[in-house]
Amino acid sequence: MTVNDPINVIRLEDICYAYPGTDTNVLNHLDLEINKGHRIGMMAPNGSGKTTLLHVIMGLCRPDSGTITIFGKVLKEEKDFVPVRSKIGLLFQDSDDQLFCPTVLDDVAFGPLNLGFSREDAIDIARMTLERLGIEAFERHITHRLSGGQKRLVAMAAVLAMGPDVLLLDEPTAGLDNKVQKKLIHILNRLDIPYFVISHEFDFVSSVTDRIYSMENGRILKDDEIHIHRHEHVHKHGRHPHIHK
Amino acid sequence: MIHGLSPAVRIVSAGVLSSCAALCDNLYMSGAYLGIALVLCCMAKLNWKDVLLRLKPVFWFLLMIWIVLPLTFDGEVLFKYGILEFTRPGIELCAKITVKSVSILLMFTALIATMSIASLGNGLHRIHVPDKMVFLLLMSYRYIAVIQEEYHRLLRAAKFRGFVPGTNLHSYKTFAYLAGMLFVRASLRARRVHNAMLCRGFHRKFYTLDLYQPNVLNTVFLTGTCLAGVALVLFERVWM
Repeated sequence: MTVNDPINVIRLEDICYAYPGTDTNVLNHLDLEINKGHRIGMMAPNGSGKTTLLHVIMGLCRPDSGTITIFGKVLKEEKDFVPVRSKIGLLFQDSDDQLFCPTVLDDVAFGPLNLGFSREDAIDIARMTLERLGIEAFERHITHRLSGGQKRLVAMAAVLAMGPDVLLLDEPTAGLDNKVQKKLIHILNRLDIPYFVISHEFDFVSSVTDRIYSMENGRILKDDEIHIHRHEHVHKHGRHPHIHK
Repeated sequence: MIHGLSPAVRIVSAGVLSSCAALCDNLYMSGAYLGIALVLCCMAKLNWKDVLLRLKPVFWFLLMIWIVLPLTFDGEVLFKYGILEFTRPGIELCAKITVKSVSILLMFTALIATMSIASLGNGLHRIHVPDKMVFLLLMSYRYIAVIQEEYHRLLRAAKFRGFVPGTNLHSYKTFAYLAGMLFVRASLRARRVHNAMLCRGFHRKFYTLDLYQPNVLNTVFLTGTCLAGVALVLFERVWM
């Protein structure tokens, strides 16, 4: 961990945010803390502001009020967010947004090159990251010809190649089959950095996180306020229509 | 041999040769450029069937020229068919346009189309084409398929709801909506891509991973193609 090793990696206090031209707060006096060792899952309905929350953390949306503290520093202006962005890995919902270079190797090396690594070092980092995720065979592949699952893994490699201190994942399993989901679970469970995962899939979230939050009315509901669980039962009605009381 | 050359050398060679071919005003001299183009295709070990397939759209365009120009150009009538008169200058002009355009396309196919888009970007960067232009090209290549997919998705959605394209106001309006929606989605996607780039430390500077060591072959090839081009231009200007 960097910057004086604070326990709070990300801390949001009293954040309010409304999209320009609207008067409804998507984030309404929201508080959130992501600390060292945290593996947080977020399950909430569509339109509840989950993605906006990640964009606020990255400085892509500027809140109307509240304080954003990342690695112990209060961030206000665009210039404050620039150095922090390279330490926070954000995996976008749509991998096509994230992969814009012609080949996989170019794309994974894009971040390290921006961080000032030499060409040779950037290639080494990219290759090591691809190997770590078991997708080194895609190195020379053209990004837009990859399948959805391959794109997601390459996007993950592109994020991890920057050596982030914290990961934010926006619906990493959306539209993926079980095989890729299992691979992602394996990758996430081996990480030693805190992360915050948004997903609609309970099985996935419960296997990669140790606490699950939700969102309602622009605020975060924590474990003690919610209890998300899967409910399975067997009863004598079988397939006949019946009503639960 | 061509595949081992630096992308920058290939771009410059293609630019020089095609400019010289475009300047050529003599049918016999344009044959020399066609000869050079065929040699380049052999050096690139191209599959002739694929090359012809790639040239198909150009042949359609040339066919239109062959139908129109010999009949509409003034000059000596070469032969007559009913009221149709085919003039010699019209046919000569068609032949010149055909040979020159096929030559230029073959040169570009052999030298440019045989490299990856990443290498093309690298080559353009090396010959000091502005970074913004290079990345505009790379981004267009990357996202044109995504935008096309988006267009097909929208069109499919319209067809599933009973839309049958026709020559009526409803169809024109529907296509206008599709085009508008495509622009909106492309603009939103552009914003998301830019955000993704910012999140990965992008600070308006692009880097490239490709590295081509300078070698004698590059120098020989570049000198050879430039000399051949300039020699043909001078020969045409002075002796023809």
